Amino acid sequence: MGVEIRVEGLTKRFGSQVIWNDVSLTLPAGEISVMLGPSGTGKSVFLKTLVGLLKPDAGAIWIQDRDLTQMRERDLYEVRKLFGVLFQDGALFGSMNLYDNVAFPLREHTKKSESDIRKIVLEKMDLVGLTGAESKLPGEISGGMRKRAGLARALVLDPEILLIDEPDSGLDPVRTSYINQLFIDLNAQIDATFLIVTHDINSTRTVPDNIGLLYHRHLAMFGPREMLLSSEEPVVRQFLNAQTIGPIGMSEEKDADELASEEGQELPPLPPIPLQLSTSDGTPRRGERPAGDWCRANGITPPPGSFQSQNAGVPGVRHSEPTPTAEAPVA
Amino acid sequence: MSNPAIGALRQSGSLFALVLDVVRSLPRRPFQTKEFIQQCWFIASVTIVPTALVSIPFGAVIALQLGTLTRQLGAQSFTGAASVLAVIREASPIVTALLIAGAGGSAICADLGSRKIREEIDAMEVLGISPIQRLVVPRVLAAMVVSLLLNGLVSVVGVAGGYFFNVIIQGGTPGAYIASFTALAQLADLWTSEIKAVIFGFIAAVVASYKGLTAGGGPKGVGDAVNQSVVITFMFLFVVNFVASAVYFQVVPQKI
Ligand SMILES: Nc1ncnc2c1ncn2[C@@H]1O[C@H](COP(=O)(O)OP(=O)(O)OP(=O)(O)O)[C@@H](O)[C@H]1O
Ligand SMILES: [Mg+2]
Repeated sequence: MGVEIRVEGLTKRFGSQVIWNDVSLTLPAGEISVMLGPSGTGKSVFLKTLVGLLKPDAGAIWIQDRDLTQMRERDLYEVRKLFGVLFQDGALFGSMNLYDNVAFPLREHTKKSESDIRKIVLEKMDLVGLTGAESKLPGEISGGMRKRAGLARALVLDPEILLIDEPDSGLDPVRTSYINQLFIDLNAQIDATFLIVTHDINSTRTVPDNIGLLYHRHLAMFGPREMLLSSEEPVVRQFLNAQTIGPIGMSEEKDADELASEEGQELPPLPPIPLQLSTSDGTPRRGERPAGDWCRANGITPPPGSFQSQNAGVPGVRHSEPTPTAEAPVA
Repeated sequence: MSNPAIGALRQSGSLFALVLDVVRSLPRRPFQTKEFIQQCWFIASVTIVPTALVSIPFGAVIALQLGTLTRQLGAQSFTGAASVLAVIREASPIVTALLIAGAGGSAICADLGSRKIREEIDAMEVLGISPIQRLVVPRVLAAMVVSLLLNGLVSVVGVAGGYFFNVIIQGGTPGAYIASFTALAQLADLWTSEIKAVIFGFIAAVVASYKGLTAGGGPKGVGDAVNQSVVITFMFLFVVNFVASAVYFQVVPQKI
């Protein structure tokens, strides 16, 4: 059914280093959310805190009316059965081959026979395109393959909540598109709550129902996809459009000189909002909203050319000339 | 916050927390038989040869020292007795401790540490499996069993080395050497020696697991963890050895 996660005032420090402060957000049940942020802003730490691997210094994480941060070890192990997690490096068990890795949760937590297990494992391996690599050891395969095997392992128990750390780093663009489609289809199929950490702007613009941005030790913004894609807020705007003009610099924050020299530079107009990716067989997802719904409800005019195609506004991709119907003819 | 004394206290605190966790997980089913047997084999395979190689010269050195001393005192008939006593009471637990910490413990620590930095341990916890029950308990038990056996091995090899040195090289009388075995030593010595070895195995494995599971900061972190685990275990073992010997002399009545 998918489970809602409500995060309230979460703060995490390592020693005196504040990773993020006072993060509050709700991951709606059954919806896909994406978490963005410059490198090193604590996105992976956030995922680990959500599964209780790291203890936050303040705040609460509500899952099914229970606060995960206050749970005892034994209850924590129980709640974790709701989760499927893909770690940034796949986190496969180095001493087992891919087949045993994917079969591991089934062997531990179910009483299924080996032939049933075999069926499920092969099905999931096929889903992530790893058929034929079952007997390889994690040390013998590429980073992208490890990621996909990790994903297969995370999926094998049909989790209610999927936390995915950078599914697309180390994957080629074609596989990234396949994985994105896979997430959409899976979400329709198992109706789980997804939280995906990614750096890929193209995926961010087309896959999720909600987007969040961690920046400068706090959650800069979290909300529906259309809200962030139409936002004029400098940090959000710079990040979602992969620009150098804005408050984010190479070392996280720009200094005053750099900012001053940018003063008066014309910001490029917001690119059009692309259509959201839909399921490959056209079945609707629970979290899906009609295109432009949020903008209409909140009285926001989306950038011209929005909701025309799926690759509109991708940085570096020159989108096709606006069709005559999209824009008023030049007077 | 960064006071080193507080840091050390906190570390010892979490080390003892791990000891408690291990003890509590001991009876928990299912017992990881396969992992246990694999670990026994693994720890034995990295320790047996060095142990044998170290204990031969150890026994010989003791025989050499005692041989000269007893000759000067005119107590040659006690050479065998004294060397058995020295080997079984002190030398063999110490040799066992050095090897179980230096070879066995470092291997455990490196293994768990590299799993930790590859996030395998995190993944295991997320999959609802306790790494303590799954990985640490079998290793601790395996280290205890292997130390017990190693201690036996060291005793035999050490005494044989002493015999060889004393009888063949120094020309002692074989009969006298063997006949005096039980003049000073008694069965309680053997028991104590084995009990010590089991305690050493436990400590070495728990410290190594603790250091491995808390490794961080990439491959260098694992290297540091291994290094620290060996040093810490040595210190622990020598202190525990002293305490155990002191207790032994209070509890067991001596022959002479
Ligand atoms: N166990 C830890 N102990 C101390 N500091 C840590 C620990 N784990 C992470 N950090 C610190 O927390 C910060 C955030 O790390 P994190 O891995 O979450 O970044 P990230 O947002 O996932 O970056 P990337 O996009 O590069 O993966 C970093 O500065 C890192 O040094
Ligand atoms: Mg990360």
